[in-house]
Amino acid sequence: MILAELPDDDLSQRLSGTGILVQTGPFIVRIRSGIDDFAPLLKRFYAHFPMVAEPAIADFHIHLKQPRSIRRWWHPQALFMLDGQSPFLPYPRSHTFPLFEWGLNWGIAMQAHQYLMLHSAAVERAGKVMLLPAWPGCGKSTLCAALVSRGWRLFSDEFGLVRIDDGQLVPLPRPTPLKNKSIDVIRDFAPNVEIGPAFHGTRKGTVAHVRTPDASVAQAHVLAPPGWLVFPRYRAGAPLRLKPIEMPQAFLKLANNSFNYKLLGLQGFQAVTRLVRHCDRYILSYSNLDEAIDRLNQLAEA
Amino acid sequence: MANRQSRNQGTEVLLMALREPGRMKGFGPDEWDLLLRIARQTRLLGRLAVIMDESGEVEQLPVSVQQQFTAAQVFVTHYQRTARWEINRILAALEGSDVPLVLLKGSAYILAGLPPSRGRRLSDVDLLVPRELLENFEQTLLASGWEAVKLEEYDQHYYRTWMHELPPLRHPERLMEVDIHHTISPLTSRLRPDPEKLLADSIPLADSRLRILQPVDMVLHSAVHLFHDGELANSLRDLVDLTDLFQHFGQNTGFWQELVDRARSQGLLRPLFYSMRYASRLLAADIPDSAMNATADGAPSGPVLRLMDNLIEAVMIPEHPDFPRRRRAVAQWLLYVRSHWLRMPPGKLLPHLVRKQIMRWKHRQATAGTLLQGNR
Repeated sequence: MILAELPDDDLSQRLSGTGILVQTGPFIVRIRSGIDDFAPLLKRFYAHFPMVAEPAIADFHIHLKQPRSIRRWWHPQALFMLDGQSPFLPYPRSHTFPLFEWGLNWGIAMQAHQYLMLHSAAVERAGKVMLLPAWPGCGKSTLCAALVSRGWRLFSDEFGLVRIDDGQLVPLPRPTPLKNKSIDVIRDFAPNVEIGPAFHGTRKGTVAHVRTPDASVAQAHVLAPPGWLVFPRYRAGAPLRLKPIEMPQAFLKLANNSFNYKLLGLQGFQAVTRLVRHCDRYILSYSNLDEAIDRLNQLAEA
Repeated sequence: MANRQSRNQGTEVLLMALREPGRMKGFGPDEWDLLLRIARQTRLLGRLAVIMDESGEVEQLPVSVQQQFTAAQVFVTHYQRTARWEINRILAALEGSDVPLVLLKGSAYILAGLPPSRGRRLSDVDLLVPRELLENFEQTLLASGWEAVKLEEYDQHYYRTWMHELPPLRHPERLMEVDIHHTISPLTSRLRPDPEKLLADSIPLADSRLRILQPVDMVLHSAVHLFHDGELANSLRDLVDLTDLFQHFGQNTGFWQELVDRARSQGLLRPLFYSMRYASRLLAADIPDSAMNATADGAPSGPVLRLMDNLIEAVMIPEHPDFPRRRRAVAQWLLYVRSHWLRMPPGKLLPHLVRKQIMRWKHRQATAGTLLQGNR
């Protein structure tokens, strides 16, 4: 059963009761919510995600609720709870959906140490994964959304999940958040892509989410080996340049970019080593999205 | 889920797993779901993971349990490695001086390979140093790059005048805090064990620059720390430590007699009494009746004991994360007050608590608006 098949009334009722169990990539997430406007957005963005039957062992227990302060009368808020603990201060209630997305990301980054976790977008074509590891502002989400709009399969816009035993990449498809100018950039680049409502004034400015293609969700259980490591670097006016880099440089960039490289110790070292050995490695400088996507498509076709 | 049965289940499933790890194999998805959450909250997930690993039966468990266990073990291994490295750095800083370095608690269990180290996380390295060498030792670390973590003047004063340890130090390149103790109980406390005896009877590890407390003192320190120094909130893990030590050292002939004698001579019968009582009541620690009876004169009066039984049970037995209980919050507050009462005479206590509260308000104002609320 997928979320779209659950009638609205049942969804609301279950969210405010014992919650629903949704599978996203390798994780099962229990979601409970006492916030009314959250259910329609959840249903829209997770429509084709599988629901898991009770009873099940969830990896994350999320509860979005209204904090019990008197502020709620003039400034309604939403509180993110993970496993009964609230790691963040409350957000404005109208930002519940981005809060849920960030909160779940935070939970994964804090907990899923069975994987090497790269702060990276990951997309797949012809059975190989392109990793786009980058820090915020380098354009990883924009490139990711653009590639996915041209037929690449979405693994994740945020996490390169690397399985420790064999180095395979694990898909974790979720909505892709676009920030500020990127929203219009993607609207122009791919008018058919479905983008949700804009949330203004979040801690990252204006955010709007790209809906995950149904095909990527349907194949979320299909792993793939890494093929390309591309470190994107967006700079206004910069000419397109795809520069190959050596293994040591790629190693350092990747280790620094990982959420849990240090935590994994020797296993982390080995996993990153395997990645840089198996991948073609580049730095991509760009300003024009069309040119950049053409160039990356050529890589895949070569 | 929202029924009475599952609320109570929350209070039992972890204790069951700790007492009889073999029963975990028979757990259904509901029980696992709850157990993993509660174990994570009480910092015992890594412990369960290691115990299942040792049993050789971890592959019979549901895949998602194995995954969460693996993640927990990665975490624990990292912290233990970090602690070993911190100790390595301290030894390097001390090279040439002959300060005896006595490891306490987590770092002692880990470097001596004792049972409580299994899956145990730790966030600081605790050391015992002779009081006359304290200043020298602190200066050496400061000169080698460690820095004070608590910078408020009042905090510094609090530690230096009244506590049994220096204000914590940390090296800016690393996360591990170093707590330097000169005795095991606050200077203002009514318990006054003699640190000279602890140091004199400490035993060297294979690397002879490092020492640990002898078994009976290790137990007594753990007992004092749990029942007379901390606030007892989220402290089931510490009772697990004690249970492990009882089981492990209890095999040695003469251990129980020696333990009771040492407790008596150091004036620590009360914390030993509590440790034995709650380790056996909550975690089914196997403690001989003779030892139990020998600590009987360490027991508080009947009404106080009944109250402690209630409070300890309320704070140590984890609650269902979806159904926090008011009873627990009240018990936690009462034990917080108790911990301060034990630590300081009333004349010092009241001004201290008032100052702490003012500092807390100021801190809250200063940090309001930041994203993270300091997650544990």
